[in-house]
Amino acid sequence: MSADADMVGRLAPVSSFQPAQWARKRLFNNWYNALLTVVFGLAIVQILVSLYRWAFANAVLFATPQQCQALAGKGACWAVVLQQGRFILFGRYTYDQQWRPALGIALFLLMLAATCFRRLWGRWLLMGWAALYVVFGVLMWGGVLGLPYVEQSLWGGLPLTLVLSVVSLTFAFPFGVLLALGRRSSLPVIHSLSVGYIELIRGVPLVTVLFMASVMFPLFLPEGMDIDRLLRALVAITLFCAAYIAEVVRAGLQGLPRGQYEAADALGLGFWAKTRLVVLPQALRLVIPPLVGICISTFKNTTLVVLVGLFDLLNTASTTLKDPLWREEFAEVYLFTALIYFGFCFFMSQFSQSVERQLRRRQGP
Amino acid sequence: MSQTNLPSSAADSPIIIALERVNKWYGSFHALNNIDLTVARGERIVICGPSGSGKSTLIRCINRLEEHQSGRIVVDGIEITNDVKNIEQIRREVGMVFQQFNLFPHLTVLENCTLAPIWVRKMPRAEADRAAMRYLERVHIAEQAHKYPGQLSGGQQQRVAIARSLCMNPKVMLFDEPTSALDPEMVKEVLDVMIGLAHDGMTMLCVTHEMGFARSVADRVIFMDRGEIVEQNEPKAFFDNPQSERTRLFLSQILAH
Repeated sequence: MSADADMVGRLAPVSSFQPAQWARKRLFNNWYNALLTVVFGLAIVQILVSLYRWAFANAVLFATPQQCQALAGKGACWAVVLQQGRFILFGRYTYDQQWRPALGIALFLLMLAATCFRRLWGRWLLMGWAALYVVFGVLMWGGVLGLPYVEQSLWGGLPLTLVLSVVSLTFAFPFGVLLALGRRSSLPVIHSLSVGYIELIRGVPLVTVLFMASVMFPLFLPEGMDIDRLLRALVAITLFCAAYIAEVVRAGLQGLPRGQYEAADALGLGFWAKTRLVVLPQALRLVIPPLVGICISTFKNTTLVVLVGLFDLLNTASTTLKDPLWREEFAEVYLFTALIYFGFCFFMSQFSQSVERQLRRRQGP
Repeated sequence: MSQTNLPSSAADSPIIIALERVNKWYGSFHALNNIDLTVARGERIVICGPSGSGKSTLIRCINRLEEHQSGRIVVDGIEITNDVKNIEQIRREVGMVFQQFNLFPHLTVLENCTLAPIWVRKMPRAEADRAAMRYLERVHIAEQAHKYPGQLSGGQQQRVAIARSLCMNPKVMLFDEPTSALDPEMVKEVLDVMIGLAHDGMTMLCVTHEMGFARSVADRVIFMDRGEIVEQNEPKAFFDNPQSERTRLFLSQILAH
């Protein structure tokens, strides 16, 4: 009987939300649930209160390292972020030139924002992105337009992380699509090369590929010839990502009904026209969520370049902590860094969801 | 186009499709068994037969959606071989309408129609748009040109699919059970379009069970069973006086009710 009543309650359209009723039904419907609610409620309050005390109430914003050490962990020392933030963000980049990477990142964020507007999608946006590549490069390297040259080994922090992830994804994407098409090819040589490549790369961790690129690869080069460290890391991440993108895209290609291929064939479209105009637009739409997953994990995987001596955002953060003055403030530094990573990753996942929603609204399920 | 022009004898020949002793197997299943068939320009042919009889396979061999294993197929003077260029050239001249419509869901109705003219025939977009609108009007769906296929009913989608094929200005139209996936009330709107096309002199090969359509527009009805052409005749004789026992049985089954 009570189950019936419950069913009726659940099926009836909820006209208004009544907190008291909701709480009684969901949180206090019998004695042990009530107990759990109270215990966990107290625990949550306790955690929030101490977090608040640490992060705000007892925290200092403007302080010397000595004052921070005097806090002895009772409160956050955000001074470290204020005073070391520039190093965390830009690494060893020439200090009085750091406005250049800052401007580059600002332009990058501006382009990201523009990309969120579906209305702006088109040739101009693509050209904007291409222009951003050039502008970013000019800003970072300098040596032209009166900007002093900044050596690439000084690059670090957020700009380096962005360069590593954006550039390698840009190249990995077309390469991955080609590998996926190759794996579906009926030509035996192309098929087996693609399968071999994909399985080999997926069979080893990224760290291995990075080490191969930075330690072993130079052994094969002629004496005196050296390829830049950043470039080697970029190549390694690109090659690694491409294999994963290939498998995701292949899933999309297989998800497409046979009839789509046949209709394109029957109209006389050649292989490349068919692939570009009919197959890929649909196949890629099917796999937006896992593709964005790859973007997110690549963004985070760039932290592994610490192993080949590059100063990405996470590495500059941990370098800050090597300073004896700030050794104690690891929580503040890592929270600050985590927040930046989270911001980018959260943006990517929200962006993919909004694109999916828009496509669904336009074309139906 | 000039270098792809055929010797005038082939282009002027009254025969547009010729199949000679065509065989196809799926594994050990003999899907097409020594098929001989010639189709004249402007001829309207209906192919019927029980499921699995090879009728769809037959018309899908004509534009190489299926590969035949022996025999010859010549379309508009070009023999179908493994040569991809030949196949693409034949496909430009042979339109096909599928049971499941197979419209491109990511493109609007108009874009579906202009895709092949623009990318295969290299037609300027404005011209392709104009031609597409003309064909969409002809299938009475011009007002939906900017919708996506997912927003249309089955009958409307199939009419768009017919318009999409016509936009390539094909010499032959193949119909693979064009009304079988439709709700009953939508069959007529599609058949009306097909009848109009037949009256305009299009060469048509239709795999269909719409015997009313066969009776009213076909020049010839072909009955297939177990991969063979069992019987072919002009419609009146075919329906009123079937020669073979298998044809009589099939007709009694589909005309019984």
